[in-house]
Amino acid sequence: MSYFCGKYPIIEKTTLAKGIYSVIVDAPELADEARPGQFANIAAPGFTLRRPISICGIGKERGTLRFVFEVRGKGTEALAMLAEGESLDILGPLGNGFRVPDGKRIAVVGGGIGVPPLLGVSHMTGELCTAIVGFRDYSKIILVDEFKDNDSNTILCTDDGSVGRQGLVTLPLAEELDKGDIAAVLACGPTPMLKAVVKLCEERKVPCQVSLEQRMGCGVGACVVCSCMTVRNGKEFYSRVCKDGPVFNAEEVRFDG
Amino acid sequence: MVDLSVRIAGVEFPNPVIAASGTYGNGECYTDLYPISKLGGISCKGMTIEPKMGNPPPRIAESYSGILNSVGLQNIGVHGFIEYYLPTLKEEGNVIIANVAGATIDDYIAAAEALDASDVDMIELNISCPNVKAGGATWGVTCEGAAGVTKAVRKATSKPLIVKLTPNVTDIVSIAKAVEAEGADALSMINTLLGMRIDIRTRRPILRNNMGGLSGPAVFPVAVRMVYQCYKAVNIPIIGMGGISTWEDAVEMMLAGATAIQMGTAIFTDPYAPLNVIDGLAEYMEKNGIKSLSEITGQCQPW
Repeated sequence: MSYFCGKYPIIEKTTLAKGIYSVIVDAPELADEARPGQFANIAAPGFTLRRPISICGIGKERGTLRFVFEVRGKGTEALAMLAEGESLDILGPLGNGFRVPDGKRIAVVGGGIGVPPLLGVSHMTGELCTAIVGFRDYSKIILVDEFKDNDSNTILCTDDGSVGRQGLVTLPLAEELDKGDIAAVLACGPTPMLKAVVKLCEERKVPCQVSLEQRMGCGVGACVVCSCMTVRNGKEFYSRVCKDGPVFNAEEVRFDG
Repeated sequence: MVDLSVRIAGVEFPNPVIAASGTYGNGECYTDLYPISKLGGISCKGMTIEPKMGNPPPRIAESYSGILNSVGLQNIGVHGFIEYYLPTLKEEGNVIIANVAGATIDDYIAAAEALDASDVDMIELNISCPNVKAGGATWGVTCEGAAGVTKAVRKATSKPLIVKLTPNVTDIVSIAKAVEAEGADALSMINTLLGMRIDIRTRRPILRNNMGGLSGPAVFPVAVRMVYQCYKAVNIPIIGMGGISTWEDAVEMMLAGATAIQMGTAIFTDPYAPLNVIDGLAEYMEKNGIKSLSEITGQCQPW
């Protein structure tokens, strides 16, 4: 596992929904190293801090990496201004990705802009993957067809019921888990969603991994700002989201810490 | 090839660029990009005699040309540092500086004694951390406090002693003089400026600790001014820091009075920034026929 830092040309940029962009860069050495669930710390022109953005797709053969991000502030706005032919200044791939059990059925659960890092898992596992993805309403829906293209059993939910099932991702997740053959749940999304997913998995004794977000500095474990409270062997301590995560075993995370 | 070396308190640095404490871990985090031997030295993550958990997150907020942090000295303790990190640092790095903080004088003494028996090259006394309730900057904001810790640690170690000053004071020159009088071998300055950001939507501070230390290019002119003032008042060398991100910044800091420089926040923006500064300095020396960087230290000609 190693990471790189450099400028990589943008070969494709598309708009997936209002304010949500997909960018593909030509970065063979990064693609070679990257695994689903990892992220990159990407320089936003004119800003001191890089923006941590999860890796959505890894083109192992083409030597490409794909990022899907939402404009949340001025930094991501500056990133969104970059066009095909320009380059992304990328530090990555960083952190620990998802640990995907071999040859077993899994469920990935995503909410909103937490969905992109799960697409790589769906790509790896195909029809062994049940993808439960939730969005606020139809205008925010992204990547659903691509989960289907991977032959993953894709369940779409919207908070307002404008498309797919109305309600939270937890209801379909409970149904899927109760079928009894899901070996692991991999989740990424807002904290309330993650907490609800972890609770369902705990009750049913299904191992769960969560991908966390925190305000980040260096991205490589040096500055210790992106901490999250974790517990191991009964001892509580702050872990670094960038280096020890962003994917953690759910039982180690103290969401209210 | 020009000679970039500088000497501070009898310690020779192959070049004057040092990674600033708290921004480079203990040298283990950037080795995928380049070996730590490229840097003149590393000031390790601030350490305390006992391990410290640090402050709750969020611990970082961005600002115009800078960042605020409130890490709160999360570290594995002096003994953990000596056992786990120091052997590799010594093997792979150049000058290894242990940055030491404490809540009580006894903490500082215990840490200094442990480090005195270790392989670190220098000790940097952190009396300037704005992010811990007890200790840290509470020592550094008065002449008596700063002098007291310096005196106690001076007795506890024969290692070269750097005292890192806080800019959050009315008169930094008097503090610089006070620690010099108690046996500091060098000064490093400045630590971060106490600051705050508020989320206008939630009306809460972005940092969970409410306030934090501002660093980055935003503080550079303040750092240059303080180094300039202290250079004229003390006879010990100064390691200048605060927002340096280019070789031009480094030259400016040296003209103000710095013998060497530290870089921190710039590394987050560009991990290669220290190497670019080293290359830029070499080219600058060559172009201007400078044999030793110490020729430019303090050579600012005021109006």
